[in-house]
Amino acid sequence: MLKSIKTALLGATLFSAALSGVAHAETKLNALFMAQAAYSEADVRAMTDAFTKANPDISVNIEFVPYEGLHDKTVLAQGSGGGYDVVLFDVIWPAEYATNNVLVDISDRITPAMKEGVLPGAWTTVEYEGKRYGLPWILDTKYLFYNKEILEKAGIANPPKTWAELADQAKIIKEKGVLDTPIAWSWSQAEAAICDYTTLVSAFGGDFLKDGKPAFQTGGGLDALNYMVTSYSSGLTNPNSKEFLEEDVRRVFQNGEAAFALNWTYMYNMANDPKESKVAGKVGVVPAPGVEGKSEVSAVNGSMGLGITTTSKHQDEAWKYIEFMTSQATQNAYAKLSLPIWTSSYDDPAVSAGQEDMIAAAKVALAAMYPRPTTPKYQELSTALQLAVQEAILGQSKPEDALNTAAENSGL
Amino acid sequence: MSSSWINTRAWLLMLPLLIVMVAVIGWPLIDTVRLSFTDAKLVGTSGNFVGFDNYLKMLSNSGFQRAFLTTTWFAVISVTAEMVVGVAAALLLNQQFYGRTVLRALMILPWALPTVVNATLWRLIYNPEYGALNAALTQIGLLDAYRSWLGEPGTALAALILADTWKNFPLVALIALAALQAVPRDITSAAMVDGAGAWSRFRFVILPYLAGPLMVALVLRTIEAFKVFDIIWVMTRGGPANSTRTLSILVYQEAFSFQRAGSGASLALMVTLMVTVLAAIYATVIRKTAGAN
Repeated sequence: MLKSIKTALLGATLFSAALSGVAHAETKLNALFMAQAAYSEADVRAMTDAFTKANPDISVNIEFVPYEGLHDKTVLAQGSGGGYDVVLFDVIWPAEYATNNVLVDISDRITPAMKEGVLPGAWTTVEYEGKRYGLPWILDTKYLFYNKEILEKAGIANPPKTWAELADQAKIIKEKGVLDTPIAWSWSQAEAAICDYTTLVSAFGGDFLKDGKPAFQTGGGLDALNYMVTSYSSGLTNPNSKEFLEEDVRRVFQNGEAAFALNWTYMYNMANDPKESKVAGKVGVVPAPGVEGKSEVSAVNGSMGLGITTTSKHQDEAWKYIEFMTSQATQNAYAKLSLPIWTSSYDDPAVSAGQEDMIAAAKVALAAMYPRPTTPKYQELSTALQLAVQEAILGQSKPEDALNTAAENSGL
Repeated sequence: MSSSWINTRAWLLMLPLLIVMVAVIGWPLIDTVRLSFTDAKLVGTSGNFVGFDNYLKMLSNSGFQRAFLTTTWFAVISVTAEMVVGVAAALLLNQQFYGRTVLRALMILPWALPTVVNATLWRLIYNPEYGALNAALTQIGLLDAYRSWLGEPGTALAALILADTWKNFPLVALIALAALQAVPRDITSAAMVDGAGAWSRFRFVILPYLAGPLMVALVLRTIEAFKVFDIIWVMTRGGPANSTRTLSILVYQEAFSFQRAGSGASLALMVTLMVTVLAAIYATVIRKTAGAN
């Protein structure tokens, strides 16, 4: 079955490669992106059009998949002999991709200008064991969004600084009858749940791994899951959070049905767009809160990079494309849904215009980004943790038991 | 012409097809069997021989056992529902009434939809914030507040079964409807004259005509239901808390997400084996019923 899929994919790739060879004499690149959060499909197409206009000898065929399919599609194409030249990858995959020889080590291609200009924290997105497997492109973390109008109605002057305070404020909002379930999260059995969990782990000062072994089942890792369970069972969290992905959270927040929501950068300008949002102009954003005595703010590294596959026959052209997509000029021009990787962009008035709060939150949160564990077995670890989160919030097992089982099934 | 020439010619004519079949089915299957005895990864290493390790690990794995039960439950309930609803729909559409042709055409619609479209559609219907099902049930007073149908382990599988039944009952109905055309009118009329009620007429006069064709529908649907992947992948991805994780989803996770091609192959072969056993049982039953007729 595996091989037949591989063979079919290979056949399709060869066939399309043969066709394109006849039609054009130019270099054709295939690139894989995601249709979810960060840059919109339209933005990526516009950037790519600008690139092909500047480089008429290169054409780029772009494909979009949901985030949930990005990893598997990349690996599957690679397993069948290739197909993509440029792929978008999440911060959690370089370890696996490097170990399995999916991405090319591009450390030597990085220019001094890049080394100086890109935010130091951004590089962790593409690194594994000292080598770099692409350029960071989407610099992102989960922020705490709040509905200013709802907070005002409940008589709350400032957004919470700690997670305990967030629970208190949600309780006030609930008791005053402003909203029944004030907090929205993305806790579906998916990576999104792990991003929320990681944010809390960073707040509670927990560790995922110690000396390569699971350490999330005690201390901050356990505190984080306990917080989620309490927030769910106390009725402060929207119970549908257990089947939400980021886009569901955005919809609930935009409809004014959440006072607080954890989400990526892209929600700021979308929720402020009166054409599709009922809460335009009332959107507040701050770094996710901290925990007294442990942290000031919390943040998960949810960045993504662009890399070249080892099967690509046009690595120089692919690099040219990546350079263009990650360039400061391109990123500054499309800074409404995803913020640039370049340090100086954050002080550029053209970039911060109309989203001053977002930039202010980003300056603090991006510096506090906490990584998910770097291991080639990340997918297994994450799948085990997703199950633990769901079993705990659904009350099927106690948080400590759920995390212990996850540690056993993590493959580490 | 000698019979040996006829024989040779038959084989020669089939040869191109046989070559294609061996290339796209035979070889991959043999290769999958080989893979299942190795610890190969999807990308990178081709793996070492590990004997029956993959099979032993799989059988003792609680995740596999649970997925097996989930799959069986899904297949039994959804196929039963599809058979009952399908036959009932066929009996209705076999009546003479105005607009019957239009209804017959409309009935095919769910079956003609791509599964992914159907799954997306039902996900919208089940949506906990603005889904039509929640709205309908609260408006007629059956439900106090909106529920998360796909987010509760108690309802997620049932919700998937309903969506799958809606999509697949037309196939059963179509086959049953075709078979109903073969029921001679005079026999049903004679039964009516003899005073047989509606149930007796169905049970003793009509059902024997339907048995054979329905058996075919049953075989097709059971095999499909046992392999179910796409509708679940789109609607729940195996969640909440693995309550809808079927064998095919397990195969996908093992082989593609975790990239363990070796144990993924052993799992896939296990599913193939189960489906083959089911098909063999049905084939025997069909042969017997055909002989009885």
